Amino acid sequence: MLGFILKRLGLALLVALAVSAIAFFLLRLSGDVAVAIAGEGARQADIDLIRETYGLNRPIVVQYLDWLWRTLSGDLGTSIYFKTDVASLVMAKLPVTLILGLTSLVFALLISIPLGVLAAIYANSWIDRVALGIAVVGQAMPNFFFALILVMLFSITLRWLPVSGSDSWLHYVMPTVALGYYAAPAFMRLIRAGMIEVLSADYIRTARAKGLPPGKVVFKHALRNAVVPVVALAAVQLGFLLGGSVVIETIFALDGLGYLAYQSITYKDFPVMQVVVLLLSVVYVLLTLAADIANAWLDPRIRVA
Amino acid sequence: MSETALSAPDAPELSETRKLLRRMLGQKAFVFGVGLLLLFIAIALLAPVLAPHDPYLQNLTARNVPPFWYEKGNWAHPLGTDPLGRDYLSRLLYGARISLLIGISVVIISGLIGTTMGLLAGYFGGRIDMLMTFLVTTRLSMPVILVALAVVAIVGSSLWIVILVLGLLKWDRFAVVMRSATQQVRSLDYVAAAQAAGASTTRIILGEVLPNIAPHLIVVATLEAASAILLEAALSFLGLGVQPPLPSWGLMISEAKAYMFFSFWLIALPGTALAVLIFAINLAGDGLRDVISPEGRT
Repeated sequence: MLGFILKRLGLALLVALAVSAIAFFLLRLSGDVAVAIAGEGARQADIDLIRETYGLNRPIVVQYLDWLWRTLSGDLGTSIYFKTDVASLVMAKLPVTLILGLTSLVFALLISIPLGVLAAIYANSWIDRVALGIAVVGQAMPNFFFALILVMLFSITLRWLPVSGSDSWLHYVMPTVALGYYAAPAFMRLIRAGMIEVLSADYIRTARAKGLPPGKVVFKHALRNAVVPVVALAAVQLGFLLGGSVVIETIFALDGLGYLAYQSITYKDFPVMQVVVLLLSVVYVLLTLAADIANAWLDPRIRVA
Repeated sequence: MSETALSAPDAPELSETRKLLRRMLGQKAFVFGVGLLLLFIAIALLAPVLAPHDPYLQNLTARNVPPFWYEKGNWAHPLGTDPLGRDYLSRLLYGARISLLIGISVVIISGLIGTTMGLLAGYFGGRIDMLMTFLVTTRLSMPVILVALAVVAIVGSSLWIVILVLGLLKWDRFAVVMRSATQQVRSLDYVAAAQAAGASTTRIILGEVLPNIAPHLIVVATLEAASAILLEAALSFLGLGVQPPLPSWGLMISEAKAYMFFSFWLIALPGTALAVLIFAINLAGDGLRDVISPEGRT
């Protein structure tokens, strides 16, 4: 087990290093940062001065190593647009995105577990079809379109929920639903398939033959086993939700990392852009690492691989 | 001599294809999905014939005309006009071209990259396999939408840049699926037979392995096409994808956002078009997967 964890940890570190290099070089090689900082119509002397002060005239590899070292020691630079320290800017927005990610995940599980279980118990019935319909629509509908439908319904027509902002928990309701619905179909399929497989297993037949009430058989015996692969998927889906938060947070002007990413991209705020790409990627690497370890712990067969 | 030995198993394969075809046609959802998809393709190809107006022509005397089912609607513009007076039906029809072009081109680029990686990693294993696992893990850890937004913001945005960026980002699933499919196929008898007959590695991979994993390739291609279309729509919706005046459905939704209070149909029409197209592709892809591996049905 320890060997497995160390191997995965090594891979995670390598990936994080590769991501940092990509985040750095991608944004550096595709445009002249000095020109971008100086703005339109800047004189050549000004651009040269910026190049000098920011150390942009050194070899790119040296700049990368320097940037990596400073990033690791917590100095994330200064935002070109917001004119503030990137570290404090990002840390202020991170909780909003993490809360949104978690609430969406919980929302997705809240609709997909009951529906997946019911669809499995009553396979090929109308309940199964309704669940399938909800999953199919969730997969086909662009999440920004769904978000706008929610706005139209709950903000404009019914006036129940605020359109944008992040001041109260009410502001999280629509983003959570829009983002969570998008993650639900994958869970629903997995739970339905898992439940169908588990329900036909011998120990379930034994439990039924013993005369246990059906509810107890389904929830205590079957669901517990069908839910194991969901743990791994949940970690991966949470990572996808962080990516999806860019679109959803922007629509609802929810002041998190996703919205910050959009703002930094539209304002060509390179230091912020780099850090957001790096941070979201590292969060994903950590999540998959946690999922791998949890999986190996739950299923010893994986540890050998 | 080796030629005839290798081509001998061809005969039973033919009937296998026919069996597959029969299974496909027996699936209502699959047939419906493919039919719907063909309809979208026909619309895209015939847009110039079907569209009642030029999709780019601004008519300032006929702005904000609602669709025909509203009282103020008229049949000159069956689905109304946008705030610039452009015929909405014509724009929607031409929009199918953009979405399909995105789906097909992105899949060609990412499919080439991912399939090559998957074939090499699955066939050779060892270090090449480790390298591929590393590349896929790295790629997966960076959210596509975020990286695509960043690149497009720096390089500038146009239809072709969006295609290129998405194509260079979305090869991960091709690589993963092709890798495991190749691993399964490479230990089979006909690969060993080809090796014994002295066929070159390139020829074994392209002539023996690739044709036998092609069905998986098509399934991944449908999934990835759907996902690429949704990503383009999202990028265009955020203003960093396809640029005006092109009638991308995502861009049309973005342009209509300011008018959503009075004319929600401006958003609902392109949104529905996107959802139905994705639905058709998913239906065709799911049906195909069920036909190829009935045991893996979920």
